Amino acid sequence: MAEPALALKGLAKSFGALKVTDGVDLSIAPGELHALIGPNGAGKTTLVHQISGTLRPDSGAILFGGTDITHLPPQKRARAGLARTFQITSTIASLSALENVALGVQAHSAHPLSFFRDAARDEALNAPAWEALEAVGLTERAHAPAGSLSHGEKRALEIAMALTLKPKLILLDEPLAGVGHEEGERLIALLKSLKGRFAMLLVEHDMSAVFALADRVTVLVYGGVIASGEPAAVRADPAVRQAYLGEEV
Amino acid sequence: MSAVTTSAAIARPALPAARRLAPLVILGLLALLPLATALGLPAHWLTLVTRAMIFAVAALSLDLILGVGGLVSFGHAAFIGIGAYGAGILITEGQTELLVALPAILLVCAAFAAVTGYVSLRTRGVAFIMITLAFGQMAFYFAQALSAYGGDDGLTLYEKSTLLGREIFANRTGFYYIALGTLAFCYWLARRLVASRFGRVLRAARENAVRVTVTGYDVDHVRLGAYVISGMMAGLSGFLLANQTDFVSPAFMSWQRSGELIFMVVLGGVGSLHGAIVGALAFLIAEDVLSAWTQNWKAIFGPLIVLFVLFTQGGIAGLMTKLRGRRDG
Ligand SMILES: Nc1ncnc2c1ncn2[C@@H]1O[C@H](COP(=O)(O)OP(=O)(O)OP(=O)(O)O)[C@@H](O)[C@H]1O
Ligand SMILES: [Mg+2]
Repeated sequence: MAEPALALKGLAKSFGALKVTDGVDLSIAPGELHALIGPNGAGKTTLVHQISGTLRPDSGAILFGGTDITHLPPQKRARAGLARTFQITSTIASLSALENVALGVQAHSAHPLSFFRDAARDEALNAPAWEALEAVGLTERAHAPAGSLSHGEKRALEIAMALTLKPKLILLDEPLAGVGHEEGERLIALLKSLKGRFAMLLVEHDMSAVFALADRVTVLVYGGVIASGEPAAVRADPAVRQAYLGEEV
Repeated sequence: MSAVTTSAAIARPALPAARRLAPLVILGLLALLPLATALGLPAHWLTLVTRAMIFAVAALSLDLILGVGGLVSFGHAAFIGIGAYGAGILITEGQTELLVALPAILLVCAAFAAVTGYVSLRTRGVAFIMITLAFGQMAFYFAQALSAYGGDDGLTLYEKSTLLGREIFANRTGFYYIALGTLAFCYWLARRLVASRFGRVLRAARENAVRVTVTGYDVDHVRLGAYVISGMMAGLSGFLLANQTDFVSPAFMSWQRSGELIFMVVLGGVGSLHGAIVGALAFLIAEDVLSAWTQNWKAIFGPLIVLFVLFTQGGIAGLMTKLRGRRDG
């Protein structure tokens, strides 16, 4: 069997006395869309930070495609094909949407930091950037500053940026949060169309989206995993129903 | 629909005319100034504006890290000092050749920037300001301790640098155009740098370093590169300054001087590059005019700058844009 795209082994992190990641074991197969759900403050974002490298775990290991990346800085993880989006959208506000995406293309080019040549007119960067914008339906807004995009457009832009990183895994931290119904539907369709090309870890509160998209679901409560498996099995799990989903599901 | 037809159909908005024309107008006017002295403007102005252009090179270099990179360095005068002392010490030792002095100065500046930048960039915000200030003061005290080269009193130079034995700095108008040429070259270089892939990452990191990091860039590495380039450019200005004043002293790298450089950049408008040039020219000319007028010029000048920056927000470059906006709109 192929190495999992991502494997977490006994990952733990505390903020003072608060255990935000409590011995988490998790495995995501290549091409799998894995949903991570849990109540507010369960530690989902903190877990995403540790996987992307913007936070250090206290103990445990992170394996990416079989390689231990626990101590690798975030930029090296990104270059290895680990991309992410943020719960609070994170783009370069003054740069155009196209330039934001081109920044990602550039990171994976032969000369990411060359001097002199005008980057904005560099077709070697712009052509793949246009493709990524087209994949997420943002070509019309290509020259608009990222800061002026609607919330849903920013979410789509972040996904386009992730696409340029030749990803093997994309971490999506609540890509539907704060997005209107119509834009939300479009984003769900987009994620569905991307399924299978790379692994995805989807943090999401919108249960209909989770059950529509996920191959497997993991439930996090107080930093610990209380259930993990097929969506239907997780939905039926009594512990999950009690601790998180309540009676509504 | 292919990406190519899409990109052609959705045209990129053109750069505002001001951003393209302002630097050409500024450099063009500077090129014409010697004519004005031929027509009766006091010759003293040629010296003053030469000095202002030399400082404009330093201000421009500071804008590269401060305005474009978002790094407020409070020790930038150290590089001017290294450049000036490099020229001064070599001249004192009988080595006036520019082709020896300049590479040596640029190398020392690059090394100093690499070491101090590496340490400083481990910090952020106010800590970065303080640590660059500390390195600046270190350079200052080092110069004071150089008793063989004047120590506290500074070092008077009895010769100027030469190019292949020719005395290129001897003639005042010639010096003026060398300073202008250097400024124009540095501006062109900075402009290219900012537009390049490197510059795009530097700009993006100023706004959102975390995003740039998770996109695959080592932000500190890029910032250090900018710091080194900036330090070398400031060293070049120090080399010219020593040749203009025929004198170098520790005061060249005092913290007040570093503060003045920040003033110049803020005065002209942070991050626009040509703003730094305008800021340096305005600063040095205002300083000259006010100091001729009253001994207490600093008491007037300080508040003036604060008021100016508060009311224009974006310095002189910002004010121009605003005025034009009012006219157009
Ligand atoms: N830097 C920090 N320092 C201290 N505590 C923190 C820090 N970041 C997060 N926390 C706390 O850790 C806990 C987990 O936060 P986290 O943001 O990971 O939750 P989450 O599952 O993503 O929640 P949400 O669904 O609201 O986004 C919360 O109680 C939060 O207050
Ligand atoms: Mg969260």
